[in-house]
Amino acid sequence: MSLYLHDMPGGAAWSAPVSAGRLVTLTALGDRANCSMLLLNADRVDRLNIPDTLKAQMSARITAPMVLMSDRGLALASVVASSLDWHDCLTGFGSEAHLERFGATSYAADRNDWRRSARTGLVSELTKHGLDERDLHAPVNFFTKVAIAGDARASMTFVPGHARAGDSVTLRTEHDVLLVLCTAPHPLDPGEYAPSAVQVSVEVAATVAQDTDPSWNWREESARALEMSRRVLA
Amino acid sequence: MTVTEIPTTTAATLDLTVEAGDGALVRVPAGGRLRIVDLHGNQAADTLLFDAADVRNKYSAFDTIREQGAVFLTTGSRLLSTRLDELAVITEDTVGRHDTIGGACAQESNVIRYGEHTRHQHACRQTFLAYGAGAGIGPREMGHNINFFMNVPVSAEGDLHFDDGLSAPGKYVELTASREIWVLLSNCPQLNNPCNGWDPTPVQLLGWWS
Repeated sequence: MSLYLHDMPGGAAWSAPVSAGRLVTLTALGDRANCSMLLLNADRVDRLNIPDTLKAQMSARITAPMVLMSDRGLALASVVASSLDWHDCLTGFGSEAHLERFGATSYAADRNDWRRSARTGLVSELTKHGLDERDLHAPVNFFTKVAIAGDARASMTFVPGHARAGDSVTLRTEHDVLLVLCTAPHPLDPGEYAPSAVQVSVEVAATVAQDTDPSWNWREESARALEMSRRVLA
Repeated sequence: MTVTEIPTTTAATLDLTVEAGDGALVRVPAGGRLRIVDLHGNQAADTLLFDAADVRNKYSAFDTIREQGAVFLTTGSRLLSTRLDELAVITEDTVGRHDTIGGACAQESNVIRYGEHTRHQHACRQTFLAYGAGAGIGPREMGHNINFFMNVPVSAEGDLHFDDGLSAPGKYVELTASREIWVLLSNCPQLNNPCNGWDPTPVQLLGWWS
């Protein structure tokens, strides 16, 4: 049952509290989408911990059916569906310095098409909830892939054209969370400034069958994080 | 690897041994050099950096690796903050590479990785919070850390694992501060994976500054 849809234009930031047991689907409305996500526990202190998420699930990328874990060892959300097998989580979000190559911009000159960085947008959203730059943390960059080479330094290269219009990813919230999203272009995207819009759909998730659910059965570590969230909400 | 002459004849301003499972908070002025020595080998030294003038301006693992275009840290790596300020540069490294995507251990993440029986084992996050308090560094100021001497290989297929360290007794890494910084270190007490060679051991901090 869809509760609501929200379209984010490219280059925008948005935040919303989302209750546990919801499906949040992000759909790229154009090619070259990037959607950076911060995720906080509803207590506003505990938050997404990408290193813990990666090492517990032996991965250097985000994809289904991985569980997104917090500083305090809770499952904040599970990736229950994804049309892409790789969402970047190693390269952070862009700052104003990454937009300088596109030239000067301001509200006065460009009205609502002015170019603001992901950092600016994310901090702006955090501020609305009483938070600030201290609460920034490593994001997931949905729809973006930065490939890792097998060389001595593990060199990283942005992959153009990874996501196309219509690509989507669905999270199931495992806890009451604060969702913070930004559709600014990825800082390593070498293309012109043309960030894609992203549609956010929120609906009620079906009751989880632990014995067959892919996230509960992905790894023992994934199940233990889900169990810790289940205990908090029990 | 080229290693410049070690000024061992110059008395260090700081000479501090950090026991296994303990931590340290060290203020390093701009231009100061801080060396972390892996005394017994394969000992993860979990490290956070902060701008001493404003601890909200903290080390950012993922800005650092994006801007250098590579996952591993080594000599020449510029350690950047969340505001993209250069906090320090790795100016010496006798190991070859260090991790910054594996994070620190916490009691809660130990439970997830190894099971409920590890709930009450000592972990880096407690050390960070205990020593960080002296500089006003609390849970909101925590960031994703550097794991000096730790080996976390990643693959082109997007896999990651923890491996035996590349370090050995006496190997070291040296930072030169680009501005006045706090260095917050947790000498990792992890017993459940090979990051400390299954036996946490001391590290030595040597500092040169005026």
